[in-house]
Amino acid sequence: MSAPVLELRDVTVTLPTDRGPLRPVDGVSFAVAPGKTLAVVGESGCGKSVTALAIMGLLPQGSRIGGAIRFDGQELTALDAEAMRGKRGAELAMIFQEPMTSLNPAFTAGEQVAEALRLHQNLSPAAAMDRAVEMLARVRIPDAGRRARQYPHQLSGGMRQRVMIAMALACRPRLLIADEPTTALDVTVQAQILALIDELKAETGTAVLLITHDLGVVADHADEVAVMYAGRVAERAPAARLFANPQHPYTVGLLGAAPSLEGGAERLASIEGTVPDLRNPPPGCRFAPRCPFAVARCAEQPPLAPMGEGHLAACWRAPLDSLLVAA
Amino acid sequence: MIAFLLRRVGQIIPTLIILSFLIFGLQQLMPGDPAVILAGEERGDPQVLAQIRAELKLDRPIWEQYLNWVGNVVQGDFGFSWRIRMPVAELILQKLPVTAQLATMAFIIGVVIGVPLGILSATRRDTPADFLANGIALFGISTPNFWLGIMMILLFSVQLGWLPPSGYVPLWEDPVQSLSTTIMPAFVLGTGVASVLMRHTRAAMLTALSQDYVRTARAKGLAEKVVVWKHALRNALIPVVTLGTIEFGRLLAGAVLTEQIFTIPGFGKLVVDAVFNRDYPVVQGVVLATALIFVVLSLVADLLYMAINPRLRTA
Ligand SMILES: Nc1ncnc2c1ncn2[C@@H]1O[C@H](COP(=O)(O)OP(=O)(O)O)[C@@H](O)[C@H]1O
Ligand SMILES: [Mg+2]
Repeated sequence: MSAPVLELRDVTVTLPTDRGPLRPVDGVSFAVAPGKTLAVVGESGCGKSVTALAIMGLLPQGSRIGGAIRFDGQELTALDAEAMRGKRGAELAMIFQEPMTSLNPAFTAGEQVAEALRLHQNLSPAAAMDRAVEMLARVRIPDAGRRARQYPHQLSGGMRQRVMIAMALACRPRLLIADEPTTALDVTVQAQILALIDELKAETGTAVLLITHDLGVVADHADEVAVMYAGRVAERAPAARLFANPQHPYTVGLLGAAPSLEGGAERLASIEGTVPDLRNPPPGCRFAPRCPFAVARCAEQPPLAPMGEGHLAACWRAPLDSLLVAA
Repeated sequence: MIAFLLRRVGQIIPTLIILSFLIFGLQQLMPGDPAVILAGEERGDPQVLAQIRAELKLDRPIWEQYLNWVGNVVQGDFGFSWRIRMPVAELILQKLPVTAQLATMAFIIGVVIGVPLGILSATRRDTPADFLANGIALFGISTPNFWLGIMMILLFSVQLGWLPPSGYVPLWEDPVQSLSTTIMPAFVLGTGVASVLMRHTRAAMLTALSQDYVRTARAKGLAEKVVVWKHALRNALIPVVTLGTIEFGRLLAGAVLTEQIFTIPGFGKLVVDAVFNRDYPVVQGVVLATALIFVVLSLVADLLYMAINPRLRTA
């Protein structure tokens, strides 16, 4: 495996809130290699987006980041705002969950794609617009020249997400963070958008951090998976391994809760209960209160322990094989 | 677009008809008999009064007086001032540029102070700069214009002797003198506009800055000032422009008191004098002209709103 483009080591994020500081990300580590896709999976509220924003340097003012975020060998947390700005949009790009609101309603699609090119590649307005139209064509927007002159409200949701992708990839970034890029789109469009990201990734060697709560998406598009629960990584594994042999009860639950393509086939019951209050997390393993396998020892925090080739799980009871058979 | 314009103009006509009723009707409620006031020394002579009434057609039924007036207005004839003995249309055209100059200057002052202050306080929300800007706005809104006007005259005219305390010189006669006679009243009027614009700009900017597209703009690596002044402001301005147009209309119509204080011979002074003299044709003419300006400006506001809002422009 080549040197990772992005590596997080023990990253914590503390956000200022009206009710005092909040730590939605608490000791997260993972890495993404060039041309590969790492999926970050977990229920809503697990800290996936906050992790992404921390990498991008887009956390709200007054937030604090602990640990290390290395990007191409450079420590991002040590960069000043100006240097970070130079990376954003050029080497690090991000697309968001809400294509309907993520584009500026006051500017045309073409202008918004061209803007990044003018900024980072010093292109003239005309040259940038030409490139923008090219990019729009590459993300398969039909009649790109005309669409480039249209405003977001004239485009469908899928089309807007394509514009976002064109914008993000215009400067050929080393890393693309896609935060639930298809959650707001209907199923056929979802598949098209994810296929498009895969294709562009193969073409440009961009590493992809794909954030999702949908394990169905992960199976088809990720090389590796990091499962997050309540601000921590519960399990990390190559995608195929994770599906074949999950080693954290939370992952097992998620797999049970994942919509299966065959339909009908009832697997494990979905997880009972909800994500814990981050202001007041349970001591030790944060999943313990919802875990069918919890034992006394779970009041202590389990470390991420190796479970085989590239496979880590933070559970005292792993490997789970014998337990799962019993269940 | 054309359909919209036609529809809007179609709405204007009933509005104006209702307005004409109101203008005419309310005037009948004003105390005092115009014939008595116009007769002056001879007010005791019933023959003189009868003659004046006949001459001004005040002896006719009210509905006939109304139809007469409306009929003439429709043909562009606003009537003849009973007191000043000039056609009302001419009076209006004479006074309107004065008020328009004052309103324009006040509006520019209001925009130049209000909009940047609003942006500043939105981007520095809850900092001392924000509190200061809000304090200034509160001051601007709550300070009565007459008080501010008198204070300015005392300071700049009486104490320092920099500016003339009153009077007016037309712009085309002597631009410098013209500006020095209008700058104080324009500032007094402009502070109110600045306050209103500041508050609305602040609110609109706070809304815009919290939108997803602002996060997208930051994710592109744009400098914060581009994010604020291009991406957020472009959207925040949409409601502010509409409001600004209406404020301009209010300036044209509402400078009465300020014009009195600085003895600027504009619209405000014209209508106040006319009311005291029961000079009905002038009162009717000025109020109607003001209403027309308002109606036209609100049409302009709608058009501007369409022009800067792509959602409507391309719908
Ligand atoms: N700007 C913020 N201020 C305060 N709390 C936040 C902020 N952003 C996110 N959070 C909180 O952090 C936690 C993780 O959020 P997030 O990363 O958005 O979850 P998700 O995994 O669904 O993307 C949630 O509890 C959320 O309420
Ligand atoms: Mg999220």
